Amino acid sequence: MMLIVLGVFVCGTIWTVLFSFTNIKILPIFTPKEWIDGFVGLANYRRLFNTDRWMSCPAITHIGMADWRFTCTGALPNMVTYAVLSIAIAVSLGFLLAVLMDQKIRAEGVFRTIYLYPFALSFVVTGHVWAWIMSPEYGLQASMRQLGWDSFSFGWIADRKMVMYAIVIAGIWQGTGFVMALMLAGLRGIDEDIWKASKVDGIPAWRTYIQIVIPMMKPVLVTIFVIVTSGAVRIYDLVVAITDGGPGISSDVPSRYIYQNFSANLGQSLSASTVMLVAMAIVLIPWIRMEFGKKSQA
Amino acid sequence: MTNAASFATTPSGAKPKPFITWERFVVYAVLIVCALFFLLPLYIMIMTSFKSMAEVQSGNIFVPTLHPTFDAWSKAWDSACTGLYCEGIKVGFWNSVKITVPSTIVSIAVASVTGYSLANWPFKFSEVFFTILLLGSFIPYVVMIYPLVIITRELGIFSTLWAVILVHTIFGLPIQTLLFRNYFASLPQELFKAARVDGAGYWGIFFRIFVPMSVPIFTVSVILQVTGIWNDFLFGVIYAGPTNYPMTVQLNNIVNSSMGGKAYNVDMAATILTGIVPLTIYFVSGKYFVRGIAAGAVKG
Repeated sequence: MMLIVLGVFVCGTIWTVLFSFTNIKILPIFTPKEWIDGFVGLANYRRLFNTDRWMSCPAITHIGMADWRFTCTGALPNMVTYAVLSIAIAVSLGFLLAVLMDQKIRAEGVFRTIYLYPFALSFVVTGHVWAWIMSPEYGLQASMRQLGWDSFSFGWIADRKMVMYAIVIAGIWQGTGFVMALMLAGLRGIDEDIWKASKVDGIPAWRTYIQIVIPMMKPVLVTIFVIVTSGAVRIYDLVVAITDGGPGISSDVPSRYIYQNFSANLGQSLSASTVMLVAMAIVLIPWIRMEFGKKSQA
Repeated sequence: MTNAASFATTPSGAKPKPFITWERFVVYAVLIVCALFFLLPLYIMIMTSFKSMAEVQSGNIFVPTLHPTFDAWSKAWDSACTGLYCEGIKVGFWNSVKITVPSTIVSIAVASVTGYSLANWPFKFSEVFFTILLLGSFIPYVVMIYPLVIITRELGIFSTLWAVILVHTIFGLPIQTLLFRNYFASLPQELFKAARVDGAGYWGIFFRIFVPMSVPIFTVSVILQVTGIWNDFLFGVIYAGPTNYPMTVQLNNIVNSSMGGKAYNVDMAATILTGIVPLTIYFVSGKYFVRGIAAGAVKG
């Protein structure tokens, strides 16, 4: 049974990668003949990166890397935007909350329960709640205006330029509690004596955090980074629930692109899957190096 | 407390701290503001679901309802339209139950036995096996979509409940096996050796010694599987077929169907109903849940 499952994983992945180099139209079964007949080399990848919906960077030659996001549009840049922002915000907010929770506060259990409950929910549930809150018609914007703040404007989910940031908000809402829980476990794992020693030496608490505690928490931080990033790379349900890729296709993401090209554009779909596999591999490298590095030392 | 202290002329010991310092105030203020951010959507969701549509359109999302009504709830459960038919989200609820129960049982049964073999009965390629498992739990789902479509099609079960159950079982196995392997490997080896000396066999050791000792890890993996499968959307859309859509997919269809205008109160009631199963598990299971998600977050 397990051998079959592993076979499915290994063969399935190899199958996807191999057939991304062919021009197949309907789902074949693996036969070498089908593969040789349909072999087109990198053509699918070339087409994929020439498709605006996947990625389009009109002025890439004239700008620096810092402006990348503002000129590139499409599924892949959207995913990168989401990944970078949600990691940056969820990790810093999660760390802040974990540090505050670690100050021997009252009702710690209550706070933890509140921060973590969104993580139990489905992305579809999260998505629909936030779509409702952020809907310009009846949500936050309408409510604030009704309360008398007429100039209040929050129409991100209907704005092509801002829609990804709206999705980031929902993603942070769901994921921060989880980052906080892992960080808190990491903080609790640090020896009390370290704190005593730095107190004796008169080092302020914030410097102890930055110079001693954070470096000591490196394994936890790497794990968090890997988990959050791999979640961001495969983001799908959240986007489907909030905007379904809209307005237009301005919040499309790779998983959705792959799924939508299922029947129309199989070759591209497969090559896009392979790109995601590569993206995931890049994320995993630091983690694998850490895990295997540990083993070789032991 | 002590007599010595009461006779002393000057107070001894640490200076008593004021009840609340400025620093403590900031700590609590930040924690409470953040808590409000996390609670607000829950509050809005619940309030909206108890409003009538007239109240939703004229009112304010923050204002609590003045005339609470269960209409939206009964409509969401029983008669909301998904675009195909109008039988509410209950269809999806039962489909989700039918998908979740068998795939949880099968994957945990297989994973626990495999984890036990890997930890205690090393075989020739167990290291390779282990590495593939580790990588397998990280592979993005989308990479496996097409191969699994072919496999389920060839088995003749594509677009049926069996297909989703199979897919969930397959994707649950790597991470579940890792969980069990690590847990069994952490148990003292002497137990295993003593049992062997006493003549217990492969299954005897597993059922009479390891399983009774492993209630925590079974709890963690049940939580992980049930919430994971319940919250899944992608596999449900692809493999289940329209009549077997799980609750998350039904919810999405109800919200997106515009038959007879948008009913936000019904949408929110359906949203809460979909979230209620994992939320209940979360509130009941407490620390096991945190352990479960920590293990499960790496999943594909």
